[in-house]
Amino acid sequence: MTDGRGKTTAEKIFSAHSGTDAVAGDIVVADVDFVMGQDGTSPLAIRALERMGVDKVFDPAKVAVVMDHSSPSPIEGVSALHTIMRDFGKRTGAKVYDVGCGVCHQLIPEQGHVVPGDLMVGCDSHTCTYGAVNVFSTGVGSTDGAAAMAAGKLWFKVPETMRFTLNGELPAGVFSKDIILHIAGMIGADGATYMAMEFDGPVIDALSVDARMTISNMAIEVGAKAGLMRADAKTLAWYEGRGSRTPAPVDPDADATYAVAHTLDLSALSPQVAKPHAVDNVSPIAEVEGTPIQQGFVGTCTNGRLEDLGIAAGILAGRKVHPDVRFIVAPASKQILLDAMAAGYIQTLVEAGAAVVTPGCGPCVGTHNGVPSDGENVISTANRNFKGRMGNSNAFVYLGSPATVAASVIEGRITDPRKYFTGGAL
Amino acid sequence: MKLSARAFKYGDDINTDYIISGKYKFKSTDMEAMAVHAMEELDADYYAKVKPEGGFLVAGTNFGMGSSREQAPLVLIHSNTKAILAKSFARIFFRNAINTGLPVVECDTDLIDDGDALEVDLEAGVVRNLTKGTEIPFPPLPPVMATLLADGGLVEHFKKHGGFAL
Ligand code: SF4
Repeated sequence: MTDGRGKTTAEKIFSAHSGTDAVAGDIVVADVDFVMGQDGTSPLAIRALERMGVDKVFDPAKVAVVMDHSSPSPIEGVSALHTIMRDFGKRTGAKVYDVGCGVCHQLIPEQGHVVPGDLMVGCDSHTCTYGAVNVFSTGVGSTDGAAAMAAGKLWFKVPETMRFTLNGELPAGVFSKDIILHIAGMIGADGATYMAMEFDGPVIDALSVDARMTISNMAIEVGAKAGLMRADAKTLAWYEGRGSRTPAPVDPDADATYAVAHTLDLSALSPQVAKPHAVDNVSPIAEVEGTPIQQGFVGTCTNGRLEDLGIAAGILAGRKVHPDVRFIVAPASKQILLDAMAAGYIQTLVEAGAAVVTPGCGPCVGTHNGVPSDGENVISTANRNFKGRMGNSNAFVYLGSPATVAASVIEGRITDPRKYFTGGAL
Repeated sequence: MKLSARAFKYGDDINTDYIISGKYKFKSTDMEAMAVHAMEELDADYYAKVKPEGGFLVAGTNFGMGSSREQAPLVLIHSNTKAILAKSFARIFFRNAINTGLPVVECDTDLIDDGDALEVDLEAGVVRNLTKGTEIPFPPLPPVMATLLADGGLVEHFKKHGGFAL
């Protein structure tokens, strides 16, 4: 330390990747370990590369494009975009995840493309998801993505950090989704703009890697650039057998300087729901219980992981989806679909009345796979509920945990899932 | 660089789904065609009002929150929006605007009403409200961002220098 003070995780990762003694506020040009784009953003990045006059990527092993947002293609326009991506893969050697592979934010860590200590950018705002595995990952636009694909580096403003120490023990029936919705309600949609977030404490320690990703995924919903956690024994165990790179975990210094530090005790947290049309319009479930719903959705880069499907299947086992409700399930990746089949979750969900769609974004962004009708209410495990988000500006999207969605699709109205968890387990 | 146009004023927390709905971003990569839908969720006439003579989009806090879609600044550029003036910006939108060559100005927009004639002087860091006869100062951009904007965005910067020259 040259300036006599400790560093945050973000400052350490930017220092290591820029070869400078980076502190919050500095603008650095830093090396990136991986660059990703999805089907809504890669075509523009590929066009930007063409306009730059660049016909190859800096390292084909460090670039991937993923067809997940609108996949399989519902219309010719999208098919053409997918073709641009496949051709790009053939031309440059970049990895192509085609239709059915899953959501980019599941695939990039799951397939071992990034490891703890990395710096990576993705042309998608929820790239912040891999903060949960100690990667400084952040969403950028297509031109930034193109520059990073071409040069293997990018300019960054080193962010200040907002720290959350999460104490206590989560009550039964309350999940990591409820934590991040609670935080969004507390600090607001611009509460952490330009900042990195760091999460630690006993509550984080107790969460699985799957559950941690839900929290980091939604860092962008409060404006943050990243949602970082330490790599602990669980993280390193999760990485065993994934990819060939060696994790290099980065811990913040004990005397790091934080712009803001919050300490929360979550022992009395109740399930939380974000109401239309803003992610920070959050209420404890008691205030929205009984709201009728016509569609439920479990999936997305927020909550489409194996643990999430397991929670939904646990609640729906031996029960039926309400006859007036459509229940859509989108596993976040092909691997999750396979694992969920092996665990019997898919059988249970389909028997209960779920429509399981291709691994990918599903109806999250409103291009296909379950656009709600005018005036309908949807309860979803996604991360956004903006007006029009699921493809119809006259529909109303509520956000909750997989348990809240599963409990709600049984009764046809928003339902507190805690009754299924009496005694601490399903 | 000095820019002149009228103000078109909207509120806080304008997200990228409102600037250009996700349902259009998959339709094509033709920004000229997509620009007619700019700001449609908030103001169906935005394109018709701004395109002919150009305009400044004036907003409150957290402009551009939400997704990383670069179509957001691009459709605004193609609808003849000359700059965005807001009290604060969402981070990814801010970067995307600089990288695509759309000037972003962080200033006190309470001093601007819909329809005001404005002159924005990016180097001097001042918005002149010609209708009200007032001046609103703003902090000029850091050098890295000013360079990118002066080069016309990141693509032009790469073309000019063959890579990053920051
Ligand atoms: S699942 Fe939804 S939020 Fe996640 S990447 Fe896909 S569209 Fe975006």
